[in-house]
Amino acid sequence: MRSEKMFIVSHAPFWHNGSNVADRHYGMLMAAMPAVALGIVHYGMSAVAVVALAVSTAIFWEWLMCRISKRPVTVADGNAALLGLLFAMLIPATTPWWVVMVGTLLTVVIGLHIFGGIGSNPFHPVAVAMMMLMVSWAEFLDFNAALVHYNFTFNAVFPLSLSKNFGSAAVADFSSLNLLLGRQVGGIGSTFGLGLIGGGLYLMAKRYIRWEICLSFLASIFVTALAFHLAAPDQYAGPMFHLLTGYTLIGAFFLLPESASSPVNPIPMLIYGAGAGIMTMLIRNIGNYYDGVLLAVLLMNLVNPLLDKIRPKALGKVA
Amino acid sequence: MMNNAFSRPANAIHYELLHQTPLGPQHVSSSGTATFLIEEKLERQSQLAIKVGDEVQTGQKIAPFADRPAYFVSSVTGTVAAVHPQTGDFGKQYTAIEVTLSETEELAEGPETLEPTLTCLNEWLAGTPGKPPLHLFEAVDHGIHTLVVAGVDADLLVATNQYIIKSEMHAINRGIDVLKEATGVGSVAIAVPRDLVQGFGHTSADTLKAVAPEYPAAQPRLIVYEAFGQEIPAEKSCEEMGYAFFSAEAVASIGKAFDSGRLPYEKTLTLVDKNGRKNIISARIGTPIADVLAAHRIETGHKDRLILGGPMTGFAIYDEQAPIEADTDAILVQDAADVSLVSDYPCVNCGECVRVCPTRVPVNMLVRFLEAGQYEDGAELYDLYSCVDCGLCSFVCIARIPIFQYIRLAKYELSRLTEAEASDAQ
Repeated sequence: MRSEKMFIVSHAPFWHNGSNVADRHYGMLMAAMPAVALGIVHYGMSAVAVVALAVSTAIFWEWLMCRISKRPVTVADGNAALLGLLFAMLIPATTPWWVVMVGTLLTVVIGLHIFGGIGSNPFHPVAVAMMMLMVSWAEFLDFNAALVHYNFTFNAVFPLSLSKNFGSAAVADFSSLNLLLGRQVGGIGSTFGLGLIGGGLYLMAKRYIRWEICLSFLASIFVTALAFHLAAPDQYAGPMFHLLTGYTLIGAFFLLPESASSPVNPIPMLIYGAGAGIMTMLIRNIGNYYDGVLLAVLLMNLVNPLLDKIRPKALGKVA
Repeated sequence: MMNNAFSRPANAIHYELLHQTPLGPQHVSSSGTATFLIEEKLERQSQLAIKVGDEVQTGQKIAPFADRPAYFVSSVTGTVAAVHPQTGDFGKQYTAIEVTLSETEELAEGPETLEPTLTCLNEWLAGTPGKPPLHLFEAVDHGIHTLVVAGVDADLLVATNQYIIKSEMHAINRGIDVLKEATGVGSVAIAVPRDLVQGFGHTSADTLKAVAPEYPAAQPRLIVYEAFGQEIPAEKSCEEMGYAFFSAEAVASIGKAFDSGRLPYEKTLTLVDKNGRKNIISARIGTPIADVLAAHRIETGHKDRLILGGPMTGFAIYDEQAPIEADTDAILVQDAADVSLVSDYPCVNCGECVRVCPTRVPVNMLVRFLEAGQYEDGAELYDLYSCVDCGLCSFVCIARIPIFQYIRLAKYELSRLTEAEASDAQ
């Protein structure tokens, strides 16, 4: 106007609390590191290869989709890297390179971008991709077959397959401590109980994920597993076993609380977590699959919009 | 990039108290011009009753339109230099009258008699510092039963009315007496910060209401809800439910006018510099903001932000020469490095806005409708009108969506729609 200097004119508020989406994604990447690290210790360079390939291809698919859909390239926000890492954490270290690439393609393109990108995905993208792979190439995701050439100091049979096929006695030698310390086979980053719990606590403390969802899920796993166990102790393993095996912990802290596909109101969050816990246990104990976490995640993602209609009355709203 | 003052966690935002009465406001004088804004649209110069070159005196009431009663009280002595139309936020039309100051000041005669009647108040004090919303009492069936004198400022950092309530209680009491007589209002309440209720002296008000220190408790709808225990229906305004809010400064100005017989034109306001330091200052209405900044040695640079009002709900302006108005309670200067920008990143549904909302609006759903321009659905399904305009949702948004701007825009567009429908119906 009357001088060369120009002010920035924008609208209120003129303050921001400083949070941003990228911080949240990088925080989640950091929180996942301990679990991934133990996977690398167990499985060596092949785990490094799978993780590196998954993260880099996920970023590549994201970049490609942004270019194709002529949207700003959002690779820097860390979302694609996080999805790639989470995908790698769920699969065996011996997964062939092309399955990894197809998996991240399904994650980023089918799970995320065809719905409109970040924030618009109705399901957790990684859960979508994993279920598609499980339907198509179950043999590559069978932990018992995939990890047969490794020599471990611990029982190298996937715990959930043991309990399903042979009852609770077969898993009696899996102590909670050993499971917490990751002495079990499974996905690259899904077996280290302590690491996942530590990461989860960090994420809850940073308010990157909601405790309502995580804790109601774990509590509901515990209660449902306990009910099964009490009903038929020989057939069904106890609650601690179910809490610390399979995808329970990675599901509780990294898959279920994904913000776009989970509710935001308190009561819906509790129902959401509890429902996923019950579904997980029903699938594990009665259904066909060894693990039910991914299916439970997808199912609860599906009902999330309905659940979130349960909300407190706004001020001044006439009932 | 952001200093601490700009990155406080959302759940811990408190209004700051002026702990002891600060030294009297530092006065700032105009360096040569004064501009007066009138909320009337200037269509043709021939409408005007004043012309360039006319002499004005300090304290003189001037009605610039030949055909309209709108007026302003000149705070300076000088000559009219220009009269031109001006557009404000949301397309609001103003007429700006620029006055060049003369060397010597001449005080105009005050009104012959000031009577405690609504007509008299409207005739002389509608534009007095604090801008009393006298029009609320004008409608025949206004139904106002409680007049609330706000000794709190709705926005953060602003301390103007808190200062007035601590330092000008005498004038406020006089103003309350005048308003009681003029409006016949049944009850007068003073709203003050909770920590100041103790030791509050005698007042002319009937009750004293404590306002909680958490932002945005000093917002009128929330004061009615918390202090009076009445939930204002979302579609109704405070005045429709019988509560008229006057700022402490407006009431004090009325009191001062009746005490002295002269029309007040000295505006008290909070000046916040780039480091967050607060000053209570006073300046005549019409003083260019540039003069205030210069007097306090606040230098502004390219890409800084100059804000009228507080950090949560104020309005950024582009021109340092803009004048201080009767309702300018604060001037906030933000350094270019502290300017937080919005983005076009999509909502990730994290739910922070829902958790921070003081009125439990489902902001995550609302913003999806507002982004798509579906304002009516937003209002009907997702409680747009429960919003009290505090801006916290934008403050905590991790995707930095300009949520508050969408909400203001939606309310504005819907009000235009309602007006258009009303005029069609006639």
